Amino acid sequence: MSTYFTKDHEWVTVEGDHATVGITAYAADQLGDVVFVEVPEIGKTVTKGDPLAVVESVKAASDVYAPISGEVVEANSGLGDAPETVNAGPEIGGWFARLKVTKPSEVEALMDRAAYEEFLGTL
Amino acid sequence: MRYLPLTPADRAEMLRVIGAATIDDLFVDVPKSARRSEPVDLPRVAGEIEVERAMGLMAGKNRVAGSAPFFCGAGAYRHHVPASVDHLIQRSEFLTSYTPYQPEIAQGTLQVLFEFQTQVAALTGMDVANASLYDGSTATAESVMMAGRITRRKKAVLSPGLHPHYAETVMTIAHAAGMEIEVLPLAVDGEAQVLDHLGDDVACVVVQTPNLFGTATDVTAIGEKARAAGALMVVVTTEVVSLGMLKSPGEMGADIVAAEGQSIGVGLNFGGPYIGLFACKEKYVRQAPGRLCGETVDADGRRGFVLTLSTREQHIRRDKATSNICTNSGLCALAWTIHMSLLGEAGLRRMAQINHAKAHQLARAVAQVPGVEVLTTRFFNEIAVRVPGDAAELVQTLADNGVLAGVPVSRLAPRAGMNDVILLAATETTTDAEIEILKRAMTRILKERAAAREYA
Amino acid sequence: MSSMNTVGRPTRPEALPDSDYKHPTLTGARGLLQDEPLLFEVGGWDKTGVDFPDAPAETSHELEGLLRTAPIGLPGLSEPEAMRHYVRLSQKNHAIDLAIYPLGSCTMKHNPRLNERMARLPGFADVHPLQPQSTVQGAIQVMDTLAHWLKTLTGMPAVALSPKAGAHGELCGLLAIRAAHEAKGDAARRVVLAPISAHGTNPATAAFVGYDVQDIAQTADGRVDLADLEAKLGPHVAAIMVTNPNTCGLFERDIVEIARLTHAAGAYFYCDGANFNAIVGRVRPGDLGVDAMHINLHKTFSTPHGGGGPGAGPVVLSEALAPFAPKPWVLHDDNGFSLLEESEGDAAHTFGRMCAFHGQMGMFTRALTYMMSHGADGLKQVAEDAVLNANYIKATLGDVMSASFPDGPCMHEALFDDTWLEGTGVTTLDFAKAMIDEGFHPMTMYFPLVVHGAMLIEPTETESKAELDRFVHALRALAEAAKAGEVERFKGAPFHAPMKRLDETLAARKPKLRWRPVDAVAMAAE
Repeated sequence: MSTYFTKDHEWVTVEGDHATVGITAYAADQLGDVVFVEVPEIGKTVTKGDPLAVVESVKAASDVYAPISGEVVEANSGLGDAPETVNAGPEIGGWFARLKVTKPSEVEALMDRAAYEEFLGTL
Repeated sequence: MRYLPLTPADRAEMLRVIGAATIDDLFVDVPKSARRSEPVDLPRVAGEIEVERAMGLMAGKNRVAGSAPFFCGAGAYRHHVPASVDHLIQRSEFLTSYTPYQPEIAQGTLQVLFEFQTQVAALTGMDVANASLYDGSTATAESVMMAGRITRRKKAVLSPGLHPHYAETVMTIAHAAGMEIEVLPLAVDGEAQVLDHLGDDVACVVVQTPNLFGTATDVTAIGEKARAAGALMVVVTTEVVSLGMLKSPGEMGADIVAAEGQSIGVGLNFGGPYIGLFACKEKYVRQAPGRLCGETVDADGRRGFVLTLSTREQHIRRDKATSNICTNSGLCALAWTIHMSLLGEAGLRRMAQINHAKAHQLARAVAQVPGVEVLTTRFFNEIAVRVPGDAAELVQTLADNGVLAGVPVSRLAPRAGMNDVILLAATETTTDAEIEILKRAMTRILKERAAAREYA
Repeated sequence: MSSMNTVGRPTRPEALPDSDYKHPTLTGARGLLQDEPLLFEVGGWDKTGVDFPDAPAETSHELEGLLRTAPIGLPGLSEPEAMRHYVRLSQKNHAIDLAIYPLGSCTMKHNPRLNERMARLPGFADVHPLQPQSTVQGAIQVMDTLAHWLKTLTGMPAVALSPKAGAHGELCGLLAIRAAHEAKGDAARRVVLAPISAHGTNPATAAFVGYDVQDIAQTADGRVDLADLEAKLGPHVAAIMVTNPNTCGLFERDIVEIARLTHAAGAYFYCDGANFNAIVGRVRPGDLGVDAMHINLHKTFSTPHGGGGPGAGPVVLSEALAPFAPKPWVLHDDNGFSLLEESEGDAAHTFGRMCAFHGQMGMFTRALTYMMSHGADGLKQVAEDAVLNANYIKATLGDVMSASFPDGPCMHEALFDDTWLEGTGVTTLDFAKAMIDEGFHPMTMYFPLVVHGAMLIEPTETESKAELDRFVHALRALAEAAKAGEVERFKGAPFHAPMKRLDETLAARKPKLRWRPVDAVAMAAE
């Protein structure tokens, strides 16, 4: 199991051919209090970089992009009633969707945790 | 100039503080060729006396609805608005305030909007309503586009009873936004015809009740069949007083309601400003256009109100907003809410009953005019009548004789093949004498016309 | 001395040991400020404030099955109760009539009451939009006269009056532009260029019409970057949307060149006219190469904002775009005034209809009243005083706050950012909320998006020097308090407004968009 990061502040944890996607603590903090999350429909297929979910705070709305390509096999429907979970635990309960990965090699272009933290330092 | 407080001495002192020699120094960024030193070619400053005289002259050239037997409707209705409504909306704190972006000092406007949303939702029988749109026609266009977003389908079917101006507005605006619009030819009683045009590409059917011709329709079955085909039902009404008597769109299963609210609180105003009422099922609220006011608490835990779900809107979402709308119809919403509060349930029901009774009286009277046929059978306060010969000509001759005898359908749709149909409305302001005058004038003029034709 | 009154009231306040003593009142009221419940909590279900004549209640059998059977849920109030309810609510609002309302980009100027009186003349207020045109010659004349003033002030040949607000006007302008391209068989143009500083309505409108929106870069001095514009223009660009004066309060110096480049690329120049107040009567957009521009009558021409509308957004059009203007068209010939409501004759190429009827007549009468009052000379003075007032603000606050573009004059509004607040622990939001305690409406905050923690101040020409000085004095005092570390003055502010800061997160997470009887029951049970 390894976790990768994008410059758009998504994280993706890959286990076998399944991947879990969410946004980073940095992104959640920048958005402020999350008030609404639109998770994808199960069965939706996404290509790396496609909009996967929508996350809204009072002051901003952002698309969450798919860090890698795949088919949505599970969505975190619990966020509907408890969007604050994204702030409370962005990398724990605040995940958005699980994908069945179609192009595992795509993770190679993503950052690991150390690289992401270095990237944050440049912002 | 009476609206400009700065004196020449102030201006000189302020320029000194700024460090500019002349006012021209502040316009240096304007290309020289476009800088004007002389005023443009228009009249010069004028006092209240002169302006009142000029505006009064123009106002005097219009036939005031209240000064003549008056039967115009077709999407705008003459109703009595209590004196206190106009007084209250001219309170400085309502009239001269901005959109309530600072809720701590805008609770007056916000609480009114919350009351407005609740009243609109109750009247239309829907879960939620927004804080108003420009008018009924643009609300209809917004509803069609919203149905497109919800269903991810591209086509809307407009009923044969939808007001032609509404259909044209939808054709222009929703079509621009990528929707395909099918408009069915006008018919007095044909709302259900939309069902013949369902398909897996249809996002919504748009039906109107009472429709352009005054026909009230139970659209329950239309909604059920539309939804079975994966489409939504948008219900339009241009006369909201009817909802004091008739089943609400919500009771009939509407998914979205777009209405013209002008009848309550607003007045005729030659067509604007009016007020678009917009309501929908709760599950669709995040796709709704326009502003929404919601309840919350302040830092002390006291109940208060704020604009909410703003991430749908243009100032945050920019090119992904649900609509480009910024301004709504705030002051008209205030007038609507005050008038509705004064009426209350009892007053609104009584008003609706009187409107309906007057329309019956009107229908009976014009039915006695030789050659005139009443086309509308299930009406609230408006009927369509077929007259012998050209309807627009007859309406013009009646106007020349001091009677404002309704709207010829050809004014709205000259190519609909209905050049002999007039729309006539009655409200609580219509008197027995006016109905009698209309009947006699129509009888006389039609007789003269027939005689002239024989002579020719 | 005889008959001395020994039971009279004291006529001097007693000195209290703790003069800051405050306690919550028992009713929730604060002196004159009443705690007013919702209509649904004070109204009566069988009460009404409107008396109707007795008329037979006729129910027709034709409507069977269509009649309401259940209660609607609309409480009523008698007239005195309605007056109290809404007057009490009104007192919780800030208003221009109370103090300066310096919202940048919103042009909150004085609303003359003559406008209101004229709009209420029965000859304007009580006429139906579909009366025979022979009976509304004066109303159409108002439209024609307003059109003449707008065309003369902008130096443009045509105007579409019907758009109901600025954003509706933008839509009108882009639809005319699209129609013009289509008429030339040029349907490949899919892109609209707009600066990042644009109002949100610009990209929203362009996307609405199906265009892809691309940003134009901004120069260090807050203007359109010509090189970037030139690089992005091409046969795929339908139009540019540029606000002038722009949302940083600056005049686009290169406007003529911007127009030239745009036209050379075969695109049209849409100008967002929200800030026309800065140049009205002094600069004509027609002389700058503009093809279409909306004019917010509720900004430049003083029709009241009314708590968020109604507005009006007529759009002036160049010769190239005029044939595509929406219906109805106002015509004037020897037979008088008329409305052309069909796609025929002069209007054969119209792109359609923006709304039912003819537009915001009530706003036309108000705006025309305002224009006629000022005249050409008064309107020129409007622009000059608006710009003078804004520069005065910039000059008198520039040493304590950080002006985003300190060099050179601004136009009608002065833009500051939050650089000067760094290290104070006070944010733009805190500063704005503290202004409320001092009796002022905050400036526009966090817009435009091109500077950090933006504070955009537009005083307008209807503020006196005395009111400006009062405002500047208060802001300077607040700025000094922030720099002196009085963070508590700001963090919880406002303390003296009708409400403390409201929880917008709660409102958005659990939307409660209407009153429901169950809420009341739950509240009573608590």
